[in-house]
This record gives sequence, C-alpha cells and structure tokens, in this order.
Amino acid sequence: MNFYNFAFYKGDWKRVHFFFFQGTALKIFHMKLLQEVGEYLYIMLQAFKRPDKGFVFRRQLLLDFKRIGADSIGIVAIVSLFLGAIIAIQMAYNIDSPFIPNTIIGFSTRQMMVLEISPTFISMILAGKVGSRIASEIGTMRITEQIDALRVMGVNPANYLILPKITAAVIYFPVLIIFSIFLGVLGGWLSSIITGIVPSAEYINGIRAWYDPFTISYAMIKTVVFAFIITSVSAYKGYTVKGGSVEVGQASTDAVVQSSILIILFDLVLTQLLLT
Amino acid sequence: MIEVKHIYKGFDGTNVLEDINTTFEQGKTNLIIGQSGSGKTVLMKCCIGLYEVDKGNIMFNDREFSYLAEKKRQEIRQEMGVLFQGGALFDSFSVEENIMFPLNMFTNMSPKEKKERVNFVLEHVDLAGTNKKFPSELSGGMLKRVAIARAISLIPKYLFADEPNSGLDPKTAERIDVLLSELTKKFNMTTVINTHDMNSVLEIGEKISFINKGKLWWEGNNKDVLKTDNEELNEFIFATALTRRIKE
Repeated sequence: MNFYNFAFYKGDWKRVHFFFFQGTALKIFHMKLLQEVGEYLYIMLQAFKRPDKGFVFRRQLLLDFKRIGADSIGIVAIVSLFLGAIIAIQMAYNIDSPFIPNTIIGFSTRQMMVLEISPTFISMILAGKVGSRIASEIGTMRITEQIDALRVMGVNPANYLILPKITAAVIYFPVLIIFSIFLGVLGGWLSSIITGIVPSAEYINGIRAWYDPFTISYAMIKTVVFAFIITSVSAYKGYTVKGGSVEVGQASTDAVVQSSILIILFDLVLTQLLLT
Repeated sequence: MIEVKHIYKGFDGTNVLEDINTTFEQGKTNLIIGQSGSGKTVLMKCCIGLYEVDKGNIMFNDREFSYLAEKKRQEIRQEMGVLFQGGALFDSFSVEENIMFPLNMFTNMSPKEKKERVNFVLEHVDLAGTNKKFPSELSGGMLKRVAIARAISLIPKYLFADEPNSGLDPKTAERIDVLLSELTKKFNMTTVINTHDMNSVLEIGEKISFINKGKLWWEGNNKDVLKTDNEELNEFIFATALTRRIKE
C-alpha cells in the first residue's frame, strides 16, 4: 500500500503510525540516508589522501582561497555592518529603562556578533554563496565528463577537487568571521552615533565590558566546523550529480539547504557542549 | 595492442555488453561502430576503466587491466590518452594549462620542457599560438583539437576517442578524422575510435568492429564494409539517403 492510499485511512492512526515509523517509508528513508552517509564518507576518505603533486595542490589551494574566501569579503562586510547597526538600534528600542545602563547596547551588540550572528548567520550566508558555487562547479564538471577525464588521467578527482576547497574554507572562514565581528561592532557604533541613540563613549565602554576571551574561541570552533560542513556537503552533492543541468541546479539547492540544516543542528550541539 | 576477451557488462540486471571478444591493433585506427544505445560507449568506458566489467578481461600489451586495483591501474592509465565526446577540457584552465595538466601530474619535466611539449602538440593539431585562450573562447572544432592535443601530450601508447566528430560540420569532422589517423601513424599508437559517422568509417576505418544489441556483430575494414551481406550492418551503413545513393 502506498502513501496515497494511506491518505484514506485518516482515522486509522495505528496504520499511519506503522507506515511512517515502522513501515516502508521509514525503511526507504533509512536506506537512502544510510546510502548517502556511506557515499559521503567514502568520498571524504578519497578526498583526505595525500595529494599526488604538492605544487598542484598548492596552486589549487591558492585559487580556492580567492574563490571561496577573498571573493566573499564583500557580502560578509555589507551584511555584518548592517546587522551590527540593526542590533544596536533594536537594543536601544527594546531597552527603555532608566535602570539599565546604555553600555548594555554596546555589550549586547558585541556578544551577539561574537556568539551567534557572525559564526552562524554569516556561515549560513556563506553556505548560500560558497556552497552553491562548489556544488554547481563540481556538478558541472561531473556532467561534462571532466571528472571522468581526471580519473582516466590517473588523478584522484575527489582529492584534487575537494581537499583544496575544504582546506581553503577551514583556514579562510575564521578570518572572515573575525572581520565580520569587527564590522558588526563598528556598524553598531556608527548607527549609535548617527542616530544618537547612545553616546559614543558609552557604546565603546559597552563593547569593552565583561569580555571573556573564550567567546572568541567558541566562535572560531563553530566557524571551523561550519566551514567543513559547507564545503564537504556541497562538494559531495556536486560530485554525485547524475543527469544534466536540472540535476546540477537541484544539487546546488540541496547543498545550500542541507548545509544550512546541519549548521543549525551543529550550532545547537556545539553550544550545548561548549557553553554549558 | 589491446585485447578484449569475452567481456560482459550489465546495469540493473540488463546486459549491455555480451561476450565481446576482439583486438585493437597497434598503429591502426580501430573503429567501434553501432547505433546509439548499442553499447559502444560502454565498451570504451570498460576499456579505460570507468566501468568495471562483470566478466572477461581487457589486456593492454599482455598486461591485465580489468581487475587491477585503482592505484595499480595508474601505470597503464598514464599510457592512455582519452578524447571525450564533449572534449572535457577544464573550463577554468587556459589551453596551455589544460595540455600541461597531465605533464604536471606525471612527469618531472622542467617548465621549459613542458612549454616546448605544449607548443609541439599544438602545432600537430594546427592550433599554434592559442596557448592563452580559454575553452569558452574556442569553437567546437578547436575544442576537439585542444582535447586531442591534451590526450597526446604524454605521447600515449593507446588513444581512445568517443565520437570525436559529433556535432561538427562535415569539413571539420573530416579534419579531425585525418588528424587522428595521422597521429596514430606518427606515434604508432593503438587508436580506438567510437563513432557512427559514415565518413569516418569509410576514410579511416582500418579495423572496424560493429556492435549491435550489445554483441559484436561484424568485424572487417573500410573496404569490406561496403561489400558485406550482413543485414544489420547494411541497415546501419545505408541508413541515410546519401549513403544509399553512394551505394547505387
């Protein structure tokens, strides 16, 4: 019995429960999930092998530093600056009590940028920008037989294509996130002095108050994990494309969606592990 | 010489190749012909190791290839040049970088030697001076010739070409055929070409293997092919009005 036939058994919760939690749908879901995880791990094992030629790897790495890292500076800068400004204004709007000092606006802006906005929100934006690029680039190489060409030339395609991208992201994303934190705090300060919601000195006092260096370590740990998720999931999606341009588009979308879901999931896990 | 010994290959329970048994000779242009879906691309992909055979062996100069581990295959793969149907050039690399790629991966040539080799092969495909162009700046025929240049950059013993003149105008297609034939003679390569282009069959087919419904149906050369009484082969060769008129 298929899913559509089950729609007629609206009142029969035992059957519905069986179908979704014990029956065919669950088995298919588990099989597909297991297959995808297995494939992903196999490709990662292939990718994390010693490169055949060091100078070829270094050249690819430099290219990926530019494509994955340097090319993302613009969007990271714009989003961070504006988010910092918005957070500061919203803080000022919500904290309307004479008992709460104005320094809390600077403090909250810094804390939000360091703890969540820069590592998580900016990583999700990078999942959209970098993840879709990686998936479509590798996917197009797959459907145009460029990956087959690498294989018949005796090159390990996963190692050649994926390892430099993961390495570039894991090294470059923390730099982008530090940059994002700085610009976010700067954006908050600019909005404060332009709108006059809080005096400059009080905002600066706020961003210097109660500083805990571990928050930066926490942000960096999250960033490195997210960088790995974004690049490896997107590369996997592109690498396993079958078909044509429609499938490449689908792989690109899946890469962004799945990376974003995994980022949120790991954000929760890492926060629980590191901050409690 | 490449020996294909009784190979079988299937996908999802359907046999695509059944008991293919043939040899591709050195210094000759060996053509695999057949209708679309007959299994000729699968046969070529089995030969270059992109598909694993279900049964049978493929031997490169008496060296077993089909059951070697991926790492051990590399030694034979470095002696292969493959021209894919769409060229499969790396989009982000220039012509020179594309041709240099196998040299970077498998040789210890100095930059000067690599550059000389690039210019040498580009001259052979009549594209001297295009070193700095990117694939997106080239025409279909030029793309194919750059792909040939890349395939021969290591001066391979075995050259495989999957439908090298598909999508090209007749003049450019003939130019590609002549080029492949000349390179085969010059470098004494074992060249295997997958095609359903009748001009290629008649002009450069020194050894022709006709695949039909996944089986080896007929073998011969470009002289025999016009005289054969094999019904399926005749249907394939004389499928167009032009070839029927030539026959008449």
